[in-house]
Amino acid sequence: MSTVVDTGRRAPWTVASRRVLSGAPVSVLISFVVVLVLVVWVLVPSLITSSNPVDAVPLDKLRSPSPAHWFGTDYLGRDVLTRVIYGARSSVLTAGVAVGIGLVVGGGLGMLGGFFGGVVDAVIGRVVDTMLAIPGLLLAVAIVVTLGFHDINAAVATGITSIAIFARIMRAEVLKVRQSVFIESAYLQGGSRTFVLFAHVLPNAYRSVLALAVLQFGSAILVIAALAFLGYGSPPPASSWGLLIADGSKYQVAPWLIYCPAAVVVVTVLSINRISRWLRTPR
Amino acid sequence: MAPHPEVGTVTVPRTEAPAAPPPRGTLLAVEGLTVAYGEREVVHDVSFSMAEGESLALIGESGSGKTTVARTVLRLLPGAARVTAGAVTFAGRDVTALGDREFRPLRGAQIGFVPQDPANALNPVRGIGVQAHETAALLRLRDKAAEKEAILQAFAQVGLPDPERVYRSHPHQLSGGMLQRVLIGLAVLPRPTLLVADEPTSGLDVTIQKVVLDLLSGLRRDLGLSLLFITHDLAIAAERADSLVVLKDGVVKERGSSQRVLSRPESDYARELQADVPAINPHRYRAARAARPRTDPGNQVELRAVTKSFAARGGPVTAVDDVSIVVPRGTTHALVGESGSGKTTTARLLLGLESPDAGEIVVGADTLNAHSTKQWRAARRHLQLVYQNPFTSLDPTWKVERIVREPLDRYGIGPKAERRLRVAEALEAVGLSAEMGTRRPGQLSGGQRQRVAIARALAIRPDVLVLDEPTSALDVTVQASIMELLVRLQHELGLTYVFVSHDLSLVRQIADTVTVLRDGAVIENGAVEEIFSRPEHEYTRALLDAIPAVALADAAADGLGDVADAAL
Repeated sequence: MSTVVDTGRRAPWTVASRRVLSGAPVSVLISFVVVLVLVVWVLVPSLITSSNPVDAVPLDKLRSPSPAHWFGTDYLGRDVLTRVIYGARSSVLTAGVAVGIGLVVGGGLGMLGGFFGGVVDAVIGRVVDTMLAIPGLLLAVAIVVTLGFHDINAAVATGITSIAIFARIMRAEVLKVRQSVFIESAYLQGGSRTFVLFAHVLPNAYRSVLALAVLQFGSAILVIAALAFLGYGSPPPASSWGLLIADGSKYQVAPWLIYCPAAVVVVTVLSINRISRWLRTPR
Repeated sequence: MAPHPEVGTVTVPRTEAPAAPPPRGTLLAVEGLTVAYGEREVVHDVSFSMAEGESLALIGESGSGKTTVARTVLRLLPGAARVTAGAVTFAGRDVTALGDREFRPLRGAQIGFVPQDPANALNPVRGIGVQAHETAALLRLRDKAAEKEAILQAFAQVGLPDPERVYRSHPHQLSGGMLQRVLIGLAVLPRPTLLVADEPTSGLDVTIQKVVLDLLSGLRRDLGLSLLFITHDLAIAAERADSLVVLKDGVVKERGSSQRVLSRPESDYARELQADVPAINPHRYRAARAARPRTDPGNQVELRAVTKSFAARGGPVTAVDDVSIVVPRGTTHALVGESGSGKTTTARLLLGLESPDAGEIVVGADTLNAHSTKQWRAARRHLQLVYQNPFTSLDPTWKVERIVREPLDRYGIGPKAERRLRVAEALEAVGLSAEMGTRRPGQLSGGQRQRVAIARALAIRPDVLVLDEPTSALDVTVQASIMELLVRLQHELGLTYVFVSHDLSLVRQIADTVTVLRDGAVIENGAVEEIFSRPEHEYTRALLDAIPAVALADAAADGLGDVADAAL
């Protein structure tokens, strides 16, 4: 993530991130802070919280939020904030896998279809149409059932459901770029098709697809949480945000068990969406 | 330098001397006008005035503020723009001080407007008749039938052949020239006293351009209109307007009668502008071109009876029909014609971007097989293209250095160090500093971009450069600097140019031989002096007539202000 760090010697990337971030609205800056916090949760959760996500203190079970337990405690007396922090790794990782699959497979298919056109485009186009015709969550559930109940399988399933939309966007962008004068000019300069595709078409087409990827990251967290909630994720004691919400829903006397993890999901998704929208607006 | 009658005769002295009605007082006065977009001032302290029945041209390059001035007069400024000082007085009332409600009766009824791009000025999904009635409503006639009669009358007045049919048409069914007539007809329909024309001909073919300009002059005479004319073309402005206001960066550089500004420009900028307009300076590059070394004769490029047709609705369309062209080594050959004449397709055939249905293409000593990709790839080492629009022909994500190096990389020429050296040479040859190499096209001006495109074409040291209207997207002063560069490079490198253009005044300046194309067929073919002084075909004559005829052209071309004075 780009952050503004003032080192005495300005590394090029520092200057670049300074240029990128200068003039960004406050909401975008806040979003970047949220993402930064998230990254720390994922990489070194022990830095943020000293308690252990599986330490149960039965005496303290189902306590409401307090200075000692910001998000309260669950039915075993475990600190919910700690569980949310430790759950971040699983949630973010799976969302990353899901987006990665969509971006690489979907983007690749769209790129090939848009660039080569003709039969290639027709075949890819019909496959994409078919995928779009099946409701995403249903397709994901079917895939998880086939692959087995596990977080990573849920992520793969979510990724597969997003292939179609990535392919569509990439194809549209590539089609637009392919007709540019500078593409014809690249052939005139002696470029091969492969060279033109990767050196000229892709760098001009990837921007909005990348913005879509960031957007999809947010919705992947939600879909994976939904799958976990439905019981298609990893079995306990693994913890992810979806599982936390699912478990919390059994205890209606302790609404913070739902609302606190849910608030984290919402804030994360909103922040990422905000950054995505900001990236897409031309500056 | 003596006048050169063999070419100079083309610039006939201005024929139409509109019987200008006697001055009847000031109609439009702009005083100290300053317009700003936020903090940025785009028009600064601009003043001029027009008498009733007068025609005045605002001249300037893109970004000079000429359109902003016109929009201020029409009160059509975009929301971000504000008039920060000055006044625009129309018929005794300060237009900038009026409320929208008070101004509305003026716009259309008193001040007519002819927009730049006729194709975008009409709603494509509604009939022309329906849209015409919106304007006709200004006349406050008793019923629709009377309105329709007035509309048909206006259409007939602007020379539309079948007014009834036009009335029933949709915009896409008419050509650009006809649409512009429709818009002019609608603009004059409510009998305005002032007509504002914003580059009314810039999107049109040259012969149509002349017809539209003639129409505006005629209407002005017949209806006693005042005409405020916005243009970037000094030659057109001088031919059509009584007085000129020259703008640059929002500041008035010079104002005065057309005759005076053209023959004795006082400001440096107007002098530069005058020297850069091809129509006024047919012999600008004569000395440089005469100095080209006459090396071994022989033909560098030859097209033999090339034919190409495209599939279209209603059968194939022949875009290029039995065209034969010969270009001697080290010379410039121009392909001229209007849009649809096949000149661009001919150039694309020569580059192998299209394959001919019949005929032969010979480049250097090789006859190129239309279907051999390998052969074409080898041929293009010696055959490069400079595109019309430098804003689309350079990859925006690449840096200049890499753009210029691209052909060297692709053809694997020399080691890396040599490529870098060649790029530096090419950039220097086109007058760009090495520091430019680190920039991206988005950070360059149009002229700089076209120089980059030329540098890229030169880096591989080709024998032939195909120039597809290389300056039509650029301002006239930039055009002149690019042309100067091309002439110099031809001299230094012995290049052969195939120059595609619709601008005959430019062709007259730099080409040795010319092929006039129409509907894909060759109309005339030969030396430029020959064809320009003794055109045999009527179509060629029409194209030549479209070059703005400006009095004193030859005197101005020779840069002899005193001769011009004497001529006055």
